Amino acid sequence: MSVKALIKKNTYLDSITLMSISNEANQIEGVKQAMIGMGTEMNKEVIRNVGMDTKDIEEAKTGDLMIVIETDGEKDISQTLEQVEQLLTKKDKKQSESETIYHTIHEAATELEKANIAVISVSGEFAAREARKALDENLHVMLFSDNVSIEDEISLKNIAHNKGLLMMGPDCGTAIINNIGLCFANNVRLGNIGIVGASGTGSQEMSVRIHEFGKGISQLIGTGGRDLSDEVGGIMMIDSLHALEADPKTDVIVLVSKPPAKRTEEKVLAVVKELSKPVVIWFLGGNEKAITNANAHYAKYSKEAAIQAVLLAGAKEDELNKRALNLPLIKEVQEKLTAEQKYIRGLFTGGTLCDEAMFAAMEKYPNVYSNIHPNPEFHLEDINVSKEHTFIDFGSDEFTQGRAHPMIDPSTRIDRFLQEASDPEVGVILLDFVLGYGAHEDPVGAMLPAIFEAKDLAEKEGRHLEILGYVLGTELDEQNLELQIQKLEEAGVTISSSSQNTGLLGREFVWKGAQ
Amino acid sequence: MNKINELFNNEIEAINIGIEFIQEDLVKQGVKATHLAWTPPAHGNTELIRLLDQLNTPDKKKKIEEANKEAVDRILKSQPVLIGFDQAINVVPGMTKTTILHAGPPITWDKMNGPMKGAVLGAIVFEGLAEDLEAAEKVAASGEITFSPCHEHDAVGSMAGVTSASMYMHIVENKTYGNVAYTNLSEQLSKILRMGANDQSVINRLIWMRDVLGPMLKEAMEFNPEGIDLRLLLSQALHMGDECHNRNIAGTTLLVQELAPYIVQTSFSTQDKKDVFEFMASSDYFSGPTWMALAKASLDAAHGIENSTIVTTMCRNGVEFGIRVSGIPGFKWFTGPAQKVIGPTFAGYTLEDSGLDIGDSAITETFGIGGFAMAAAPAIVPLVGGTVEEAIGYSKQMREITTTENPNVTIPVLDFMGVPTGIDLLKVIETGILPIINTAIAHKNAGIGMIGAGLTNPPFEAFEKALVALEEKMNE
Repeated sequence: MSVKALIKKNTYLDSITLMSISNEANQIEGVKQAMIGMGTEMNKEVIRNVGMDTKDIEEAKTGDLMIVIETDGEKDISQTLEQVEQLLTKKDKKQSESETIYHTIHEAATELEKANIAVISVSGEFAAREARKALDENLHVMLFSDNVSIEDEISLKNIAHNKGLLMMGPDCGTAIINNIGLCFANNVRLGNIGIVGASGTGSQEMSVRIHEFGKGISQLIGTGGRDLSDEVGGIMMIDSLHALEADPKTDVIVLVSKPPAKRTEEKVLAVVKELSKPVVIWFLGGNEKAITNANAHYAKYSKEAAIQAVLLAGAKEDELNKRALNLPLIKEVQEKLTAEQKYIRGLFTGGTLCDEAMFAAMEKYPNVYSNIHPNPEFHLEDINVSKEHTFIDFGSDEFTQGRAHPMIDPSTRIDRFLQEASDPEVGVILLDFVLGYGAHEDPVGAMLPAIFEAKDLAEKEGRHLEILGYVLGTELDEQNLELQIQKLEEAGVTISSSSQNTGLLGREFVWKGAQ
Repeated sequence: MNKINELFNNEIEAINIGIEFIQEDLVKQGVKATHLAWTPPAHGNTELIRLLDQLNTPDKKKKIEEANKEAVDRILKSQPVLIGFDQAINVVPGMTKTTILHAGPPITWDKMNGPMKGAVLGAIVFEGLAEDLEAAEKVAASGEITFSPCHEHDAVGSMAGVTSASMYMHIVENKTYGNVAYTNLSEQLSKILRMGANDQSVINRLIWMRDVLGPMLKEAMEFNPEGIDLRLLLSQALHMGDECHNRNIAGTTLLVQELAPYIVQTSFSTQDKKDVFEFMASSDYFSGPTWMALAKASLDAAHGIENSTIVTTMCRNGVEFGIRVSGIPGFKWFTGPAQKVIGPTFAGYTLEDSGLDIGDSAITETFGIGGFAMAAAPAIVPLVGGTVEEAIGYSKQMREITTTENPNVTIPVLDFMGVPTGIDLLKVIETGILPIINTAIAHKNAGIGMIGAGLTNPPFEAFEKALVALEEKMNE
């Protein structure tokens, strides 16, 4: 064990810097203890207290730097002392790389003067508080969270309305602002059609069809799934309509919603009637007469709405591939199914995709059940057990408690899929696969093993298993639309080209003729 | 143009709160998107959130805002002036020959930690109440000594804060509101009473401070009836790179410069004067207690304003951390366990040896300096174990839990931003951001002294308790 001191004359370093260098020195191999400090009485005292004082130390002056180490004696102490000395010149370079970390919206909004939108996806119990703070900072809000109470939604939207801000969501996590996708959104081209949607996947479907038909989107504003309820009263849809009317880059407006509340529908239509721009309206179960009375264009199905919109936006009808229903395919599938295989089972990750297929089935069959049926009498008694024609929205709250949305993790419906696939009364299973920002990186891949398993089982049992798959996406989406479709086809899945066709094909596949 | 159309015509810049991939998707699209290091409000405690919401009704919110404005106004308008020095027995309210004041919220002898016990024993010997440390132990436990928090006697004490009858005190008068604050004199080195050391060298120094330093300062200030305006010195010290809790090199120089003309006029011998000047120069910390008294004088003026949620005291006794809130007058303490201080230690010691957070010095952070003003003192950064940017970050972040910025005490590097002032209890609970405190570390055992310095925070619990009490009081 030995002690050695080095005095550097007239060398000044700040005492706290020195303390931290001392700490580093103590980490050097062979160092039992190290003390580096200016030659002050206080530091000398500290050195004396731990028994490391030497004659050199005692003679050091206030302006001198003292380095004193004690080693275990195994290595040459002079070498170790040199190592310690090097610490004095070592500079820490990490500072410029670190990015400022903000903890609150207020802090971030104060520092980032150009920030104009807050995207909020924290758990529902805290989401409204955060949204309120964002609106207080005059930020537009995209509220991706679900489980936000309707009271909070109304209060937030009133604040936003009074400030002239957007308050998008909750329960409808989609928007495309200035060609930038927020949350769940597809990569579509910029264009002159503006979409205001109170339904997430319904709005995505509309943007993707418009893109497929060669036109583009100026803005897509997701207003939140409950915006057209009478409680909320369409606050955001109406504000968005006014904004699109005033937007010189928007020539045509499309409105999308699940069945709206009657009073609110009237309120919205009254606004529509006053607009100068053409408006196409696809409200599931919408009132055709009321819509045409408002001088708007009524569409029963989603693709139909997209076609009307692109024509109004300048597309030429004779150049469109409208993707009409494939009648020979329907006949072919009908022939493959036995009389017993008569039910549709729709297992959806997208709520409005589920809705549209269900509405198509409801037009033809009286026995359609779902967890999201508009008539409570047709709700499933047990959401885990299907009944006759069943349509399940796996993105609905009862399935997402404590787990990711099925568009983020499509495997949540695998068990249910296998259950339906082994049911001899099932004629067709409908599956959606949503691509785009926010969605799973390979939604088809996540389901493929289960699809192979189900096909194998059906083959062993000597029955045909019809699976109709729909991939919602564009060729610009990262997940690779073409490859996703190809994988499904290779697994023997029939491909539908739109949400509208998925519903119509599904219901026709199991049609047994008028009884 | 309406704000929605404005958005359509501008580039999007997003703040993302929650799921991280949403930010990543935006960045992929070339959008500037900042992901917040978000945590649930009130640490996710639904009961506390309910209380916050109850205090957020329009009428209560208004009452609180008005009260807080009054409280911070009083902090800002305070003019603390050093008017003299005297022995505690002569000036500190309630002081007796057998009273020992200590740092932090109330604590009994048996519960005190090592450094505080060490300091108490040393003080008993220093006051002649016992022959030696062994006998002092019996006296301390006998019940003959009255232990009381400095704060409850208009005083503050650094580290153990142990203050006894014959020690000399700063006398700082708040000229605006008339209240006075006291604190004792720096002992300078590291092996000192306030750090828990108590051997003969410590006692001898205290005796010299009582017989030479203290009386000389007292006499010097008698030549200066105007007193020394501390706030002006404080502002200058920050501009010279101090944060006035752990870095006091500029402040000490300024204070000595103010005192020197009067010290030279005193009747003491040249040798005594030389000793005093050398003592003052022997450690940068000489003015440390002075700024504590400044902060105490200003904050006491803001205490006891009905409905105010401003924190007026933060202090620790080595076992518990205690806070006071303006809206709850008197000495109602809200406490939680004192925390570890994380930072570099002197050679021969590790953090294992450290006592828990101790001292009334967090009054500086309560006022807005110390940890809150670290951006003014880049040289102190190694204490943070990080970077200058981080130190600057602390000062900016403290704005999230404070009410205003002090226009009289500014930080040049932040474009002369005033120090964050008026810690709002509600904001602490809401954001979960705790005040940042930089402080010295005393050895956990009695008799040793200072072993390092570092950073710490108050326990969230103390703020929780204060919120509950305040909400109750507002419902009365």
